Amino acid sequence: MARALRWDVIIGLLLVAVFAGGALGSPSFATADNLSFALGDLGEIALIALAMTMLVVAAEVDLSVASVLGLSSALVGALWDAGLAIETIIPLVVLIGAVCGLVNGLLVTRLGLPSLAVTIGTLALYRGLAYVVLGDRAVAGFPPGYVSAAVDDVPGTFVPYPVALFVLLAVVVAVVLHATGFGRALFAIGAQEQAAFFAGIRVKRIKLALFVISGTVAAFAGVVFTLRYGSARADNGLGVELAVIAAVLLGGVDFDGGKGTLGGVIAGVLLIGLLRNLLMLNDVSTEIQSIVTGLLLIVSVLTPRLISLLKPVRTGTSALKGIP
Amino acid sequence: MSGPPTLALVNVSKSFGAVRALREVSLELFAGEAHALAGENGAGKSTLVKILAGVHRPDSGQMLLDGEPVVFHGPVDAQRAGVAVIYQEPTLFPDLSVAENIFMGRQPRTTLGRIDRRARRALAAELFTRLGVTLDPEQPARGLSIADQQLVEIAKAISTDARVLVMDEPTAALSGNEAARLFSVVETLREQGCAVLFISHRLDEIFSLCGRVTTLRDGGLVAVEPVAGLTHDELIRRMVGRELGALYPKQETTAGQVALRVERLTREGVFTDVSFEVRRGEIVALAGLVGAGRSEVARAIFGVDRWDAGTVQVDGRPLPAASPSAAMAAGLALVPEDRRQQGLVMALSIERNIGLTGLRSLRRGLTISRAAERDRARDWALRLRLKFAALSDGVGVLSGGNQQKVVLAKWLATRPSVLVVDEPTRGIDVGTKAEVHRLLSELAGQGIAVLMISSDLPEVLGMADRVLVMHEGRLTAEIPRAEATEESVMTAATGRAA
Repeated sequence: MARALRWDVIIGLLLVAVFAGGALGSPSFATADNLSFALGDLGEIALIALAMTMLVVAAEVDLSVASVLGLSSALVGALWDAGLAIETIIPLVVLIGAVCGLVNGLLVTRLGLPSLAVTIGTLALYRGLAYVVLGDRAVAGFPPGYVSAAVDDVPGTFVPYPVALFVLLAVVVAVVLHATGFGRALFAIGAQEQAAFFAGIRVKRIKLALFVISGTVAAFAGVVFTLRYGSARADNGLGVELAVIAAVLLGGVDFDGGKGTLGGVIAGVLLIGLLRNLLMLNDVSTEIQSIVTGLLLIVSVLTPRLISLLKPVRTGTSALKGIP
Repeated sequence: MSGPPTLALVNVSKSFGAVRALREVSLELFAGEAHALAGENGAGKSTLVKILAGVHRPDSGQMLLDGEPVVFHGPVDAQRAGVAVIYQEPTLFPDLSVAENIFMGRQPRTTLGRIDRRARRALAAELFTRLGVTLDPEQPARGLSIADQQLVEIAKAISTDARVLVMDEPTAALSGNEAARLFSVVETLREQGCAVLFISHRLDEIFSLCGRVTTLRDGGLVAVEPVAGLTHDELIRRMVGRELGALYPKQETTAGQVALRVERLTREGVFTDVSFEVRRGEIVALAGLVGAGRSEVARAIFGVDRWDAGTVQVDGRPLPAASPSAAMAAGLALVPEDRRQQGLVMALSIERNIGLTGLRSLRRGLTISRAAERDRARDWALRLRLKFAALSDGVGVLSGGNQQKVVLAKWLATRPSVLVVDEPTRGIDVGTKAEVHRLLSELAGQGIAVLMISSDLPEVLGMADRVLVMHEGRLTAEIPRAEATEESVMTAATGRAA
């Protein structure tokens, strides 16, 4: 009974329902082409959500991810324009993303600032830097080999390469989160940081690592995004952080930390992706899509609380019934 | 005791799901009476207090106020009826002044409707005079000791003309002196006609303060009787329903090599030049008043806080400052003061909590072995006689005493050579307390060096081979077991002697 009511299971079922509904309602939905497109469109969000899950489980958050993505895209454009080889550009840009994450992490762990405030600050800062780097220009003309690696499907499937990479990384993160000491430490930190610290867990070092991972992944997602659209722009990925956080919370990760499963998050990511795709297929405007994302975010935070509010009432009534 | 009791419970029962927390319990509180409520953790004391406070409603039975039936629909009803509850942890607003806290929600006003600060100040001062204490009404609540915060809570209670004062383990976090001051306040209120219900795990306090005692066991009423004529042992027997044996079973051990050496340890403004050593097989108590810097020394030794000067050595090897993981690796373990915030991750299960100190040793390859994690937890749970349904249960469902056992298990599983315990038996029942004492004694017998911080003087005197006393951040005395008495320890703790 209690197990059936688990949030990540509910989201999984909802995902199946949406998929079935979409397949019935729209003939172009359940086609390989469309699913490939939907998944590809989801790639960056999914990748960033992996890192975000670990952060939120540890009761931190990184709102600057979309700006790091944008900065990364702008850097790819500027450096390509300057004549650097793409083989040099990609590692360089990913490294810069790691530095962006490091800055976030140092501000949070060394100065003890709340990550929500710090990363709102760097959200503006990194996006600003992106405009400094590339201005309003758009850079295109990347090597076709790299572009197709970002767009094409793994042969014989409807899974684009970036999504295949996501699947690989998701397995790694699932193991790390749910079966390693590092994962145990993350849950302990998120649930009761002080007790984790008193148990000898290196809380600051771990948090710093999480922010660096987050920045690195966001920058890599920026590279993928740029190649996929074949266009480097400073405003790439605007607002992606909201979709990522909506997916993570929808997946049942508690924003207060200490609770959540990666399976839930994957279901959350897919659910958001499918909904967006369905709305697009039905020619719903981007404004409405944004409204739906926002509502999903609120519902995903609200529903578990409502459930937990209802629970004591239930035991209360059953206790009363037990009295002769 | 003429006339009806101020407040009475008649055959009150309360269940939570399948658990019967209270079974047909009756209680009478008369004006001018200090009445003790005794019982182990889980006996139903908290449930009874919450019924009096209007938090819970009884499933059956009656509540009588001045002999008339009354029903509390919520805490507000209880307050209106003149029932005030002082909890172990005061709940003041830290940024408001003492006077603002006392009159929260009903500040005195001027004719223009503005808050009348002068009247508020005068009223607060008047309350403190009535209680016989000196506190500045304009002082912010932040920075007050827990003892002073409780006095503010009491002032708040009597400012609403409380006629029944329920005190739920008010002295758990207080030192001897502070408790004595609290008792004189309670005595004053009692003389002024208040009915006081007093809950404490410290039996001495029950005997010195209360006229009658009601004992609960497993949710049922065991006895209501005058305290006079009752002995400690008799009361304990009523509470646990069996013989306990000696409460302080310290075995004689021969002290071995020095395991922990602390030299001239200083943290500016907190403690200064603290030097001592603990040998293998020894239990050394660190006594003193709350705020003397005892816990702070322990925290610094373990690396939770940094220190400014001095050295800490475990088995002859110096520890780096401010690194709990290095302290653990060197063989140090700390059972911290605050079980719920520092000792346990309340949201996690028993096995996860016990495993938290062994994330490295539980590794098989890259991942944690669940089997090893479970074995470690089961092994220590059995050894410490933990009462639990399943190891995967959250620690939050355990009683205080059993939670403390989980903290001990989690640290003993690291096989420490030095065990630092900070208030190891605070707020836990007599039965578990005796078990913890026996355990500490056994551990010392096995050659572990134990440093025990405790505000419970009988515990200090009963358990320690040596007593170190701190006063205002300095070590003021080292008293061998043979010479340690309540007087000698308290004298050093209050700084009255050299």
